[in-house]
Amino acid sequence: MSDTAMIPDSQAQRGTPGAMKWGIGGGIIAGSRGLTLAGLMLAGLFLLLVPLMAVFLAAVGAGVVIVGNGAPRDHRIVLGLALLAAGLFVVRFLVPAALLASRRLANLTRRLAGEWSGVEIAVPYQPPPSSSSAKLPFRSRLLWLVSDPATWRDLLWMTVNATAGWAIALLPAVLAGIGLIEFIYPATQPNMGARLGNSRAALLAIGIAFVLAGAASAQWLLRAYFGLARSMLAPTGQAELALRVHHLAQTRSETLDSGAAEIRRIERDLHDGAQARLVAMGMTLGAAEELIDSNPAAARALLAEAREASARALAELRALVRGVHPPVLADRGLADAVRALALDSGLNVDVTAGLPGRPQAPVESAAYFAVSELLANVSKHANARQTWIDVRHERGMLRVDVTDDGHGGADPGRGSGLHGIERRLAAFDGILALNSPPGGPTVATMEIPCALSSPKTSSY
Amino acid sequence: MRVVIAEDLFLLRDGLTRLLEAHGLEVTAAVDNGTDLLAVLTAGPPDVAVVDVRLPPTFTDEGLRAALAARRAVPGLPVLVLSQYVEQLYARELLACGDGGIGYLLKDRVFDSAQFVDAVRRVAAGGTAMDPEVIARLLARNSGDGAISGLSPREREVLALMAEGRSNAAIAQRLFVTERAVAKHTASIFLKLGLQPSDDDNRRVLAVLAFLGR
Repeated sequence: MSDTAMIPDSQAQRGTPGAMKWGIGGGIIAGSRGLTLAGLMLAGLFLLLVPLMAVFLAAVGAGVVIVGNGAPRDHRIVLGLALLAAGLFVVRFLVPAALLASRRLANLTRRLAGEWSGVEIAVPYQPPPSSSSAKLPFRSRLLWLVSDPATWRDLLWMTVNATAGWAIALLPAVLAGIGLIEFIYPATQPNMGARLGNSRAALLAIGIAFVLAGAASAQWLLRAYFGLARSMLAPTGQAELALRVHHLAQTRSETLDSGAAEIRRIERDLHDGAQARLVAMGMTLGAAEELIDSNPAAARALLAEAREASARALAELRALVRGVHPPVLADRGLADAVRALALDSGLNVDVTAGLPGRPQAPVESAAYFAVSELLANVSKHANARQTWIDVRHERGMLRVDVTDDGHGGADPGRGSGLHGIERRLAAFDGILALNSPPGGPTVATMEIPCALSSPKTSSY
Repeated sequence: MRVVIAEDLFLLRDGLTRLLEAHGLEVTAAVDNGTDLLAVLTAGPPDVAVVDVRLPPTFTDEGLRAALAARRAVPGLPVLVLSQYVEQLYARELLACGDGGIGYLLKDRVFDSAQFVDAVRRVAAGGTAMDPEVIARLLARNSGDGAISGLSPREREVLALMAEGRSNAAIAQRLFVTERAVAKHTASIFLKLGLQPSDDDNRRVLAVLAFLGR
C-alpha cells in the first residue's frame, strides 16, 4: 500500500496549487488573477455601499427633520420621515443580505488565497445561534451578524481593498499595459517613426522592460495582496479562542449525550438480559431444592435448565462487554484489536501497523469503533475484493487509513454511521476524511492528535 | 494424567481442581499468575496445562503469552486455554506452530463437566479442541476463499466439527450418518486441502489450520 495514495482530499487540494509557477506564463496567470481580484473588489464596494446607504438615508432624513431650512415645516417632516423610512427599509431588507453576501465574497477571497498563492486564511465567523441562519428571525439574525467582529473586519477589508488592495492587484496589469502601449502607439502613428528616429528602439526597450516588470512582479504582488487580506480576513486571536470554545462546548455536550445514551443502553441490556436470567436461575434452583427429595428426576431437569440459563447469561454479558470495551483491545492494544476485527469481518483485509506504543485508552477505543464501523460499511456497501488498513502514529497524530477497491461513491452526508464516527472522533479533536470517487477506490482516513505511552515490556 | 491449572480467581481454580480430580485426573499444581505458570510448566512438563487467558499482574493476555512461551520451551506441550471470550486472532496464534495439542474454549464449557474433561483428554493426547463459537464465527464469513472454498457444504460441516476436536465417530453421531461416510468426507477434505496421508491426528490439525485461514 503506497503512502501517497492515502493523502486525504483536503490535503491533496491544499498541497499542489500553493506552489508558484515561475516564468512569463506564471506571471501572466498571476496578472490576470489580479484583474479578477480587482473585479471582486468592485462587487465588494457595491456591497459596502448598502449599509452606508442606510446610514446616509437615516442621517439625511433626521437632518431634514431637525435643521432643514427654507421649506415649510410640514414638508420637511414628511420628507424627513420618508427618508428615515427608506433607511429603515434598507436596514430591514437589504443590510442582512448584503452582509451575508459580503461574507461569501470574503470566503471566496480566503479560498482563492489558498489556491492561488498558498496563503491559508481561516474562516473567522461565529456560528449562528441556532442551526440555520436562514430560519433565524430578523432581529437575532441582524444581532448575530453585527455583534461578530469578523463582520466589521470584512467591511474594513473591503474599504482597504478598494484603495490599497486594488492598487496592488492591478499594478502588474497596469505595468504590462503601459509596456504594450509603447509597442502599439508608435505603430498607429506612421509619421512618428520619422520624428522619433533612434529613440524608437529605446521606446521598444522601455516597453519590453515594463511588460517584464509586470510579469515578474505579478506573483509577488499577488502574494502581498493576499497577505494584506489575511491581516484583516483571518480570525483574530480572540475570534480563534471564541471558535475554539464553541467547538469544545459542542463536542463536550455531544460526548456527554452519547455517553449518557450508552449508559442507558447498558443498563437496559443488563436489566432485560443477564439480570433477568439470574433471577430465573435463582427461582429454578429454589424449585429444584424443594423437589430434590420427593422427585429427584424433576429436580435434575430443573438443575440442567439453571445451568443453561447461566450459560446464556454469560453469552449476553460477553456480547455486552464486547460493545463497551472489547477485551482484545484491552489485552493487546489497537493494532491487534484491528487485526481481530479484520478476521471477524469476513473480508479480505491486509492490516499494517506501526505503533511504537499505545495511545490513551479512550482514543484507542474511539479509533477501534471507528474502524469497526468503516469495515461494516465496506462489507455492506462497497462490494470490495480487497481492503487495506494502515494504523500508524506520526507527527503527534494517530492515523488510520481504511482503503477498499470497491465501487466507491460513498457519501459522507448520507448515513448516520459516518456521522457517528465524526462525533466520536471530534471529542478528541480528531477528524475523518473520506475520499470515494464513483468507481472507487474509497479511502477513509482518520487522524486523532494523541501521544503514545511507552510500550509495555513483556516478561515472556 | 497430570494437569497444571492456571486461574487467578480462587473459586474457579478450586472448582476446576475438584472437577478434574473427580474425573480421575491428577492436578499437580494450581497457580494464579503467568510467571509461576511458566516456571511450573518448564520445570516439569505435565501431560496438559489448563490456562486462563487473563492473569495477574497485567490482567491482559498474560496466560496466553505464558502458554505460548512454555510451548516454545517445551515443543508440543499440550495446552488448553480458557477465556471469558474467544478471538480468532488468539486461536490462530495458538495453532500457529502446527503441532496440535491445543485447546481454546470459553469458560462456559466447564459447565458440562463430561464434555470438558473429554476436551482436556483430547488435547493431552495431541488433538485440538476449538470452541464452537470460534467455528461459528468462521462459518459466518461468507466470502470463502483459498482452499476452503473448494469444499462442499457437507465437507465444511465435517471440518467444523473436526476443528472442535470431535472424532469421526462423534461426527457421525452428530450428523446422523455412518462413520464410513464421515471417513469418506475427511479423506476428501484432506485431498482438497493437499494434506499428505501421514499421521491422521496431525492431518486433522493441519486441516483445522487451513480452516482458520492461516
